[in-house]
Amino acid sequence: MTNARTTFSSPLDLQSVRADFPILSRELANGFPLVYLDSANSSQKPRHVVQALEDHYLKHNANVARAMHQLGAEATAAYEGGRDKVAAFIGAPSRDEIVFTKNASEALNLAAHTLGASLKPGDVVVISEMEHHSNIVPWQLACERTGAELKWFGVTEEGRLDLSNIDELITENTKIVSLTWVSNALGTINPITDIAAKAHAVGATVVVDASQAVPQFPVDVSTLGADLLAFTGHKVVGPTGIGVLWGRYELLAELPPFLGGGEMIEVVRMTGSTYAAPPARFEAGTPPIAQAVGLGAAVDYLSGIGMDKIAAHEHAIVEYALEGLKTVPGLTILGPTEAADHGGAISFELDGVHPHDVATVLDTRGIAVRAGHHCARPVHERFGVQSSTRASFYLYTTPEEVEALVDGLGFVRSFFKVA
Amino acid sequence: MQLDSLYQEIILDHYRSPHHAGLAEPYDVEVHHVNPSCGDEVTLRVELDGDTVTGVTHESVGCSISQAATSVMTDLVIGKPVAEGMATYEKFLELMQGRGNVEPDEEVLEDGVAFAGVAQFPARVKCALLGWSAWRDATAQALARTGGVSNG
Repeated sequence: MTNARTTFSSPLDLQSVRADFPILSRELANGFPLVYLDSANSSQKPRHVVQALEDHYLKHNANVARAMHQLGAEATAAYEGGRDKVAAFIGAPSRDEIVFTKNASEALNLAAHTLGASLKPGDVVVISEMEHHSNIVPWQLACERTGAELKWFGVTEEGRLDLSNIDELITENTKIVSLTWVSNALGTINPITDIAAKAHAVGATVVVDASQAVPQFPVDVSTLGADLLAFTGHKVVGPTGIGVLWGRYELLAELPPFLGGGEMIEVVRMTGSTYAAPPARFEAGTPPIAQAVGLGAAVDYLSGIGMDKIAAHEHAIVEYALEGLKTVPGLTILGPTEAADHGGAISFELDGVHPHDVATVLDTRGIAVRAGHHCARPVHERFGVQSSTRASFYLYTTPEEVEALVDGLGFVRSFFKVA
Repeated sequence: MQLDSLYQEIILDHYRSPHHAGLAEPYDVEVHHVNPSCGDEVTLRVELDGDTVTGVTHESVGCSISQAATSVMTDLVIGKPVAEGMATYEKFLELMQGRGNVEPDEEVLEDGVAFAGVAQFPARVKCALLGWSAWRDATAQALARTGGVSNG
């Protein structure tokens, strides 16, 4: 970095945090140290999580619930222990409000299938232009199945949700409002509680995609205003293969089953079956057992550090990155350019260089970013671009890594002769 | 992971001024292909005269590798029998899947040899194949209409 920048201040001891993530000290091709700026895609894992998985598999492994032996009891206790930890982590009033799925996409599909079952022609489902495809396609399918209409909140030039026509979108015909809390592409943090109040006033159910929110700041579902909320394990330093759907218990209890199979039933007869109470109703088949243990360890790890501190660090690093990126000639940030209400992902365009080429050149310097439409094609169309490069940050991201990105972008420009 | 082996000057030249860019009339078949994971898109038109490729034009959005590969592909197939174009594709595919262990045949691949370095970047191979997949699809459809036979 050539010119003086804002001093960086974070409440986290980054050296000690990074020591928990062995992968961060890896060296990549040509001797470049790893600069991992793709945590919105998938976060890295601390030793604690990997050790919890190993400990479970090596000492306590068995199927849950249906196994009548000692190991079965241990595995069941470990799996249900993961549920307790997740419930506490997001402020769920009851452990029975936590449904384990395989990822956030399955959680949102579960929501769309079960809530969507009662939609009919004339009903309206409202989503937004800044959604991830996993919060678009399940609702498109639900509307196709039922004849309900899908409506969209737009996005302003600044990359914020356009609430100017909220009274036209949320009416007595609106049955479901499903929104992302933090945009994975723009980084925008949306005012969920205010929108939820409007939705509830007309009797609509509120679904929140919290995949980029739960990793980044303290979440309390008891005061948020959502009725259902989805997130995934692998973005909160947990393992892949597990996602979470939280739901208000009274709502979950009314919903029909999603997938059929073992453990989700009460009584199966050849004439028909009755179903278990939530959460078991929505957990057909052998669940992600070790993954629930790992997710429990992950949220314990984050709580140990403190979600308030992680949020403050994210804010500081995003502010630092926004400022650094603004010094790169020809660079245009998609979405909010100020750190207020900005999550830990920044997408941008670089004049004259396609995002894939940006990513490949950065990659040869050890810098891992994402290039493409980040599973959010409509919002790219909104800004008239086909794709973008995205850098995303987490509790282990250092200001030096942001500087490596900014310097790397300078190199990209000179390599492609746009400098 | 050598940048210069990936971004050869020939590739950057084709990227900056792609050959046969801009959709032209007349044509037999138009197709639209995408790489869903990254968003690259190509619209491509093919015109055949019997079994000979008389015209290929395209309009594409995407990275340097996909744009340049599409440009080089048009040079390699226009004016040639369909079967020869399909055989060239097989050679190009072999090069792309060779992980850097395949010696490219410049007689057949011409400017396409510049893509040898792409094989060492597995994430980019699909970029280099996008235009080819569009051409093969459009050509197969055009042949099906006229009752010709594709060797693809």
